[in-house]
Amino acid sequence: MSDHAQHGDEHFAGSNKLFISIWVWLLGLTLIEIFLAYRPMAIHFMLTILLGLSIIKAALIMAYFMHLKFERLSLIITLVPALVICICLLFVFFPDSFRSQTLRYQFKEEPPVAPAQVEEP
Amino acid sequence: MSTEARAGHFPAVDWEGGAFPYRVGHRKLGMWLFIVSDSLTFSALLMGYSYLRASNVWPTPFPFYPSIVFSSVMTFCLLSSSLTMVFGVSASSRGDRAKARKWIFATIFFGVAFIVLHLIEWQHLIHEGLRPFFLPEHWVKAFTTTDGVPPSPLFGATFFTITGLHMFHVASGAVYLFIVALRANKLKHEDIEISGLYWHFVDLVWMFVFPLIYIMSVDVGGHLAAVH
Repeated sequence: MSDHAQHGDEHFAGSNKLFISIWVWLLGLTLIEIFLAYRPMAIHFMLTILLGLSIIKAALIMAYFMHLKFERLSLIITLVPALVICICLLFVFFPDSFRSQTLRYQFKEEPPVAPAQVEEP
Repeated sequence: MSTEARAGHFPAVDWEGGAFPYRVGHRKLGMWLFIVSDSLTFSALLMGYSYLRASNVWPTPFPFYPSIVFSSVMTFCLLSSSLTMVFGVSASSRGDRAKARKWIFATIFFGVAFIVLHLIEWQHLIHEGLRPFFLPEHWVKAFTTTDGVPPSPLFGATFFTITGLHMFHVASGAVYLFIVALRANKLKHEDIEISGLYWHFVDLVWMFVFPLIYIMSVDVGGHLAAVH
């Protein structure tokens, strides 16, 4: 049996110095995000950078603050790939958003008018 | 005898994982599974927001002050609360429950600061006229395209839903931590670690909400200032 369950108190890996350095990194990455907000760039490019930074920040929080780096590999393999695959599957719907944009704004000028009915004599 | 202790009597015959294949107790594993399911809830909401944003003319109304300043300070509060929480868990692992309790109270302080700042930020937007299904009139004027397409009125719905659900998580987390802090001497170390897992998850979610909702909606071109 694992010692983990037998002892009420156990060693929590990672020093306070390590946690403070992670906190500084997270703050630094946040400052980069705020800086990027005011840089002129294409929205797709900005979105890619911001999501990349967010994933790095999430990984740092999970690995060190949530202690996942120090857990058994079987726990990481059980949790992380399933979550990542499910989130990726949500993207299946995303391209439809571009289609619905063209559907919604197809009548930019006057909408078509129904032809007037000719009255029978 | 606790479940973990009883399970420890089973011999690990066929595999070295024994009765604890993940080397964590069932409560901690339960919290991890909850976190996975809650991650999917927030992912679906953020995906819905992105879908609406890509398929509509979307307003980008947030000025540097108050929106970006407030949300940045809120981010600082949550990141700092995660640091104090990890200090609390670390102190608990050394058996120093009094120090653990102090760090957990510091975490609650930062969490409450986050909620107060967020409510002030909401109040600014509501005062400006933002509602779940309506935009303020001057926003519509500022963000209508040159060919006359108005911005989507669903901005408020997505904003209040996502940030509101996150705020609810912060508030319930603060209550959870308060109970844990009060009972710190009676609880096992693992229970304190589990409460920390929940709190860090709340922080983690904000790491996606902040850039996608706030940073991507900064009024860089000064559209609103132009119509005032």
